[in-house]
Amino acid sequence: MIGFTLNGQPVTCDAPPGERLSETLRERLGARGTKVGCDAGDCGACTVLIGGRAVCACLTPAARAEGAVIETVEGSTPVLTRLRDAFLRHGAAQCGICTPGMLMAAAELLQRVPRPSSEEAKQALGGVLCRCTGYAKIITAVCDAWRGEGPPDLPVQAPVGVPLPRLDGAAKVAGDVFGADWAPEGALVVKAIRAPHPHAGFTFGDLAAYAARPGIAAVYTAADIPGRNAFSVIPAFADQPAIAASPARFRGECVALVAFEPYTPPDTADFPIRWTPLAALLSSAEAEAPEAPLLHPDRPANRLIEGVVRRGDATAALAAAAHVVEGSFTTAHVEHAYIEPEAGAAWMEGDTLNIRACTQAPYMDRDDTAAILALPVGRVRILPSAVGGGFGSKLDVSLQPLIGLVALKTGRPARMIYSRAESMTSTTKRHPAEMRGRIGCDATGRITAMEFEGRFDTGAYSSWGPTVANRVPVHASGPYHTPTIHARARAVHTHGPVSGAFRGFGVPQAALWQETLYDRLAEKAGLDRLEFRLLNALRDGQLSATGQVMEAAGIAQCLTALRPHWARALAEAQPQGHLRRGVGIASCWYGCGNTGLPNPSTIRIGLTAAGGLVLHQGATDIGQGSNTVIPQIAAQALGLPLTAFRFIGPDTALTPDAGKTSASRQTFVSGRAAQAAGAALRGALLRLVNAGDGAELSINGHFVTVTEGTACHRIDLSTLPTDARGYALSAEETYDPPTRPLDENGQGSPYAIYGYGAQMVELAVDTRLGTVQLVKITAAHDVGRAINPQLITGQIEGGIAQGIGMALMEEYIAGRTDNLHDYLIPTTGDVPPIESLLIEVPDPDGPFGAKGLGEHVLIPTAPAILNAIRHATGAELTRTPALPHRILDAIQRAPR
Amino acid sequence: MTAYARPSDLPDALEILAGGGWRVLAGGTDLYPGAGAALAGDILDISALDELRGITRGAGLRIGAATTWSDLAEADLPPALAGLQAAARLVGGRQVQNAGTIGGNICNASPAADGVPPLLTLDAEVELASARGRRRLPLADYLRGPRQTARAADELLMAVHIPDAALRGQGSFLKLGARAHLVISIAMVALRSVTKGGLVTEIALSIGACGPVARRQPGVERALTGTPLTGLADRLRPEDLILAPIDDIRASAAYRREAAFELTRRALAGGAA
Ligand SMILES: Cc1cc2nc3c(=O)[nH]c(=O)nc-3n(C[C@H](O)[C@H](O)[C@H](O)COP(=O)(O)OP(=O)(O)OC[C@H]3O[C@@H](n4cnc5c(N)ncnc54)[C@H](O)[C@@H]3O)c2cc1C
Ligand code: FES
Ligand code: FES
Repeated sequence: MIGFTLNGQPVTCDAPPGERLSETLRERLGARGTKVGCDAGDCGACTVLIGGRAVCACLTPAARAEGAVIETVEGSTPVLTRLRDAFLRHGAAQCGICTPGMLMAAAELLQRVPRPSSEEAKQALGGVLCRCTGYAKIITAVCDAWRGEGPPDLPVQAPVGVPLPRLDGAAKVAGDVFGADWAPEGALVVKAIRAPHPHAGFTFGDLAAYAARPGIAAVYTAADIPGRNAFSVIPAFADQPAIAASPARFRGECVALVAFEPYTPPDTADFPIRWTPLAALLSSAEAEAPEAPLLHPDRPANRLIEGVVRRGDATAALAAAAHVVEGSFTTAHVEHAYIEPEAGAAWMEGDTLNIRACTQAPYMDRDDTAAILALPVGRVRILPSAVGGGFGSKLDVSLQPLIGLVALKTGRPARMIYSRAESMTSTTKRHPAEMRGRIGCDATGRITAMEFEGRFDTGAYSSWGPTVANRVPVHASGPYHTPTIHARARAVHTHGPVSGAFRGFGVPQAALWQETLYDRLAEKAGLDRLEFRLLNALRDGQLSATGQVMEAAGIAQCLTALRPHWARALAEAQPQGHLRRGVGIASCWYGCGNTGLPNPSTIRIGLTAAGGLVLHQGATDIGQGSNTVIPQIAAQALGLPLTAFRFIGPDTALTPDAGKTSASRQTFVSGRAAQAAGAALRGALLRLVNAGDGAELSINGHFVTVTEGTACHRIDLSTLPTDARGYALSAEETYDPPTRPLDENGQGSPYAIYGYGAQMVELAVDTRLGTVQLVKITAAHDVGRAINPQLITGQIEGGIAQGIGMALMEEYIAGRTDNLHDYLIPTTGDVPPIESLLIEVPDPDGPFGAKGLGEHVLIPTAPAILNAIRHATGAELTRTPALPHRILDAIQRAPR
Repeated sequence: MTAYARPSDLPDALEILAGGGWRVLAGGTDLYPGAGAALAGDILDISALDELRGITRGAGLRIGAATTWSDLAEADLPPALAGLQAAARLVGGRQVQNAGTIGGNICNASPAADGVPPLLTLDAEVELASARGRRRLPLADYLRGPRQTARAADELLMAVHIPDAALRGQGSFLKLGARAHLVISIAMVALRSVTKGGLVTEIALSIGACGPVARRQPGVERALTGTPLTGLADRLRPEDLILAPIDDIRASAAYRREAAFELTRRALAGGAA
């Protein structure tokens, strides 16, 4: 028996003494506010205070708790309360998975230093990773907590445009309930057997004997899948087995499941399987070699797909151009590195399979899982948990069909929590890209032509490879008028990790190629790099590379907004010894929603007879803020205060399909649906009393009051007949963006809305060590209408942090960097001050003019950094990440 | 079932170790990351052994093996230990510093162990105890290679000792990693120097993460001892450095050579990395 004081209360438990304290707290004491992101000390999510000192609970033996005073996020000391309020006020929690660790690390600091400087705060929190926020708001909150200003207020009316704190913020700062944090009593613990080689055949030993061992409830292989053992985010490409039959096609692929009884050590070390490693194609070049074996027999040359955009005669235009630059660029596998590894639980409720797991796409999960398990979709219910970051990777199903299979076959609840290594090896990555091509301009610096060819390593299965191949050529020009273009991007199968969606779908890679070439071209044309971009910025009425007429194009406004900053930064960029200062700039544009394909969202609002106002909001909030933005839009459109609403979050049984959280589409597409639903319900109320649109609404008990000038009408909801859903009045509206599909030359109007941005990076390069010190990043983003400025700046800061990682440190190498010790993402000390300039060029198609933003923010950062390095030193880097040794090498090869 | 012992008496602890097959657990910051779901084997938890904790002055300085990085960073120590204290603030993040110990760092014997280069410049000796008795040997002899030490399975590292002679002068430590916090060194340099009348009368330099173990740099020390403080860094010659770096995911060998040279120059110049 171990006894200690947990948050002021005496507790005892009989944990084995060497058990990780994180496990003891979570599983034996039910205190699941403490999160586990790595079990290795690398993420800090498990930070607790022992005797007032911050330690990683995952590195602490339970025995050390004996007699100790332990504080966790479940505590409510005055310091924690002040910190929580400050986190809420400043929007310091996005997905919330790092928040408990941040709060505890900050609590230790505030006990030592009640009013810390931001340097002290960064130092103290340097051991907790956050993948969402870019840390700025966290540091601000920690430094501001001493004020004790209490929690923020909700505004009463007209919330659009207000920097509202997250509506789900209180749960986040209390330690939210993520995929690993809830499971039905007695749930079986499911473990996957995964391929240790990139390509390997396998045979099983005596599975029946293994399954008969005490503590093992069941063993399943591909042979046990009742339905179609193939999924993909794009149904036409379904090729990825939930459980692979021999051979396994990538390292980390699931080949069998073992379901353990609860409280038995889930040890799969002697699972009966024999592996025969096979030759593996580990690069696109090997996969495209003439004699290369095919991963999928129906995909010749291992080519999944090629996307093309062709407009005019680019070759001829390049021949006639006054200046031409040519170059290539290579990027690495990049890992999403959300702090929450995949986790969830499944259980049967009558005939229905319920799955509660972290996801970005509940309806896609439902459809894929149903197909794999041969169930009608009506018998699968997906209840997304809080999601501890997704960034694209939690669009694909991961454990849903696996725990679903166990629950379905055994009839017992089942849960699964990926280890960090499992999460990193088995889920998708950003596509490594090899890109090359030419860009030309005329004597005045106007772009005349672009040729681009990109080869994207899509890994063993399709995932989002087709989307990347189609999106990249559309966006290859950048937000610049490019009258002739020939852009091609192909996705090639290898035995590498499956490459899928990651913030930007290939566009960040293409932007690295294009924006770094732009600096060289500006130089040839003798133009300032910002002015060169401004000269070529797409303007309203011009045609994009796909022949779409641009409207509400805000790129020129973004670049113009950066002008004064640019002039200041250039003047300040003076070398100091071996430290060379540099300034770089890059832009982005990004189409919101699916590329030329339908992607509707539906939102429902209902008023009960008792006067309850309910918003059914199916857009999953993975930290980006849909739980706040969609209500803001609905409330504004309806004309009732946010405080009047009750929210029903994503649940395939309770919320209509709001599509997936990807492609920066939720604010735009679900936002439009919410706006329409709000307006429809408002219309219905006004019609009941024949009031005009200027009337004001309010709810009191079961009465809705409609006030118009001096006239005042009361609607008694309790007297209205209720509809099938139990509402006295309700509205359900669907919005599907108007797009025109791309033809065989990639011509069409693939997106209804584009968002724009430009970022400027100031940095110093240590020319003897090749290290980079970021000084400041200034980000101008055209968001159409800033529905919630606090959430927007949070997205900008977080996207920039990911861009910094991609530029300077992140490289996923299967088997070598599949942990957060060797796979480095930015820490508190790696993100410089960020100044956000919000530009509002309203889009007629956006809700209240709003455009998407989530992915845009990451795109310009990495190229702007590389451009600044070149400006500082002359070093031309054509490969990311720009690790110190690569930078030093490039400096030494630089012409000057 | 595996056993777990957390004795508060040293003789008990040594008795247990003498039984064979036990793994010593100090801060756990190296042991747990390498473990799967649970620590394997029989565990001897040394956190309740008072004799292993804390810093004492006598003949020289004794740092208990179970002294944490935070303890070290917060202690009031002579300037010669400024490098070791700087390293203490750069190991992992705050949580790792609160748990991780100097003894664990040495016994784990990673080529990138941040504590080792400063200790080498302090002529540190390690004290080992077992049921058979106690012995002391220079840290440089204790570290045999990556993950290899001269420790016998029944021995406990008790402390590191710094002789009085090495408490003179000013210490410093420069670490180079690919990000700001929580990062394993690509290269690091520790320096301790004594100056008098504008001359460097004594110099101790060691470099880590550039070979199988961190090591002192006698060539540089010889060349620079007795030379003027002014222009010290400029007299550093690359050929005087003894390095055996490798290529790995963090950096290339060639880069490590250049970085080690540059960091050494900066340490000699008293600048920051
Ligand atoms: C996130 C993270 C970041 C890190 N960053 C750094 C870093 O920047 N620099 C760095 O150098 N290290 C780093 N480390 C490694 C580690 O924290 C240090 O090496 C630490 O000092 C180890 O001490 P410990 O007490 O935790 O060792 P433990 O894990 O308890 O033990 C380590 C080894 O030493 C043995 N051992 C420990 N004490 C004794 C003893 N008294 N007698 C005999 N054997 C003993 C153990 O049996 C084990 O083999 C990091 C670790 C983590 C998890
Ligand atoms: S879970 Fe403990 S540090 Fe990541
Ligand atoms: S809010 Fe920090 S990881 Fe998501």
